[in-house]
Amino acid sequence: MTNYLIKGAKPLGGDAVDIFVADGRIAAVGDSLSATGAEVVEAAGLVALPGLVDLHTHLREPGREDAETVGTGSRAAALGGFTAVHAMANTDPVADTAGVVEQVWRLGQEAGLVDVVPVGAVTVGLAGERLAELGAMADSAARVRVFSDDGHCVSDPALMRRALEYVKAFDGVVAQHAEEPRLTVGAQMHEGDRSARLGLTGWPAAAEEAIIARDVLLAEHVGARLHVCHVSTAGSVEILRWAKSRGVQVTAEVTPHHLLLTDACAESYDPVFKVNPPLRTDADVEALRAGLADGTIDAVGTDHAPHAVEDKESEWAQARPGMLGLEQALSVVIETMVEPGRLDWAGVADRMSVRPAQIGRLGDHGRPIAPGEPANLVLVDPAARSTVDPAALASRSRNSPYAGRELPGRVVATFLRGTATVLDGKATR
Amino acid sequence: MKRHLLEAADLDRDDATLVLDTAAQIEQALAGREVKKLPTLRGRTVVNLFYEDSTRTRISFELAAKRLSADVINFSAKGSSVSKGESLKDTALTLEAMGADGVVVRHSASGAPHRLANWVRGSVVNAGDGTHEHPTQALLDAYTIRQRLGRLDGVRVTIVGDVLHSRVARSNVGLLHTLGAEVTLVAPPTLLPVGVGSWPAEVGYDLDAVLPKSDVVMMLRVQAERMNASFFPSAREYSRRYGLDARRMAVLPDDAIVMHPGPMNRGMEIAAEVADSVRSTIVEQVANGVSTRMAVLYLLLGGSPQ
Repeated sequence: MTNYLIKGAKPLGGDAVDIFVADGRIAAVGDSLSATGAEVVEAAGLVALPGLVDLHTHLREPGREDAETVGTGSRAAALGGFTAVHAMANTDPVADTAGVVEQVWRLGQEAGLVDVVPVGAVTVGLAGERLAELGAMADSAARVRVFSDDGHCVSDPALMRRALEYVKAFDGVVAQHAEEPRLTVGAQMHEGDRSARLGLTGWPAAAEEAIIARDVLLAEHVGARLHVCHVSTAGSVEILRWAKSRGVQVTAEVTPHHLLLTDACAESYDPVFKVNPPLRTDADVEALRAGLADGTIDAVGTDHAPHAVEDKESEWAQARPGMLGLEQALSVVIETMVEPGRLDWAGVADRMSVRPAQIGRLGDHGRPIAPGEPANLVLVDPAARSTVDPAALASRSRNSPYAGRELPGRVVATFLRGTATVLDGKATR
Repeated sequence: MKRHLLEAADLDRDDATLVLDTAAQIEQALAGREVKKLPTLRGRTVVNLFYEDSTRTRISFELAAKRLSADVINFSAKGSSVSKGESLKDTALTLEAMGADGVVVRHSASGAPHRLANWVRGSVVNAGDGTHEHPTQALLDAYTIRQRLGRLDGVRVTIVGDVLHSRVARSNVGLLHTLGAEVTLVAPPTLLPVGVGSWPAEVGYDLDAVLPKSDVVMMLRVQAERMNASFFPSAREYSRRYGLDARRMAVLPDDAIVMHPGPMNRGMEIAAEVADSVRSTIVEQVANGVSTRMAVLYLLLGGSPQ
């Protein structure tokens, strides 16, 4: 395989050094390295981070290959600086058996652009009625550790308790889509002043917060790990802060779109802004940024949700919820956290790589940039700015909420175990 | 005037007054005429695109367009390509290709007219979208109030009932506020949206306390299915607390009027003797609907068809 000599990159934004990548690992880090036969990557001015890890990606395969495939989603991920993505279970068929998770895992291996880590469904068919064969998925070739009914809440409290307990046997974690379904029947957007005016059925913050409050108490009671998907409200951040102060083993993620956008976007009635949980208020955005900055929120999870044009180019109520995220996630974090000085590059590495890798128990990812470590790396140009053009995205879908918006940061190169998946900002395969 | 009429906020005070004045002129021009028709929109095409059954609103718009000599096409969801799964966008492109100058749309989804306005060049008139707005209803209501009471500025309007699900309420709050009226909403708290506090209206739960200070009482239709979703315990309890009966009508100021956008649930939100009383404007509202919609179509589509 090709060896790479990365010249003058700044690991975690620190002093510029050379990084020598050989045989899939970081062979050396130092000044003025030389290596015969290695391909040189000029990286002056670029920040080097450990390859990003997404805990929350929808790759749509099997079932909706018209919206995304493991291949197209992997390319989008690599271009976004990711080296591992967790593929959510709400496919068709649902990833609730060892067979389906192994299929997704194998497709990811064949694409070879990121580690595609399947998430297993908590309940059979995401129906919320009985546990799927969690142990079989954990023992499969896909080595599933994260389990989620994402898209649906495991709303039955007894079932949630059992799931939390059961996955302890293989160090698994339940990633909860926190939404009390009886409070969100027909819900279309955040419930508040704007939903009242727009005549769109409201999705109350309390429907999320009530489930998170319940689940942290359950996790504490049974001594299990809990992960909370796409936290969207200020109240949720407060509950998580309280739970962590009690020592509950809870982690949480926030999406890029909840860090940047608010329910004001719904005023256009353009369903590209329809998402679940919905975009919230300015005060919620501020609380989420503060929570990510102080570590109450552990990770950024994209909730990358590709949808075919016909599922979005419709009336708001008819449209499916969800938006693209993989290719702009890092840019949004730079815009909302780095440029305002709320997170340094070490913080970005922590929230987008180190902690999500720990939550997913991915030993090869989220590692220090040091000799001997697996060469999972991303090089970012923080000074570059560009305007998002959905037609230019690698995803098979076009439902980007950032269309026409100028964002900072450009992923110049991504390395997966020493193989360049992105060079000069272009996917290598 | 803006190109489309999608919500009450599209009309500032001058625009709204212009619509009402134009409606009055049209009414005068047609009064006593044998042929109730003006040549204003000859050669123009108005499409009534109705995704929801609404005979009264569709007929009102149809009559309005015909009395302005426009060509009218009724496109209802039932039995058309729409019922075969055609998307709103494809329908819009079809109408666009046929050269519709105006599209009057009724839809069960809030915001559907906004979407449509992105896809057609003609003017879009919202004839009711989901639980969002119904701006021509608010215009005809304002017209009726002005006709009966002689003014809108400072008139105290009380809107009673299912505000949460009512597009009529949303449009009336906006438009009546624009025109200087003072609006009070009265409903059980379950039927007021979270966020209603940001509306330009007073909010109360006690109908009896508000009635003596009301120049206009507008009763909203309450649908029986709300009862099954626990918005209130029973139709009888609703009627007792929020229905307008003869006893309550008696405490209104002498010249106060009673309005209802129809269709009414007699015996539920409004008693028969109230609906049929001299205070009731319900029949006038229907007649005024045609004049007001003529004014809207005239102002949006008027001029020569170049």
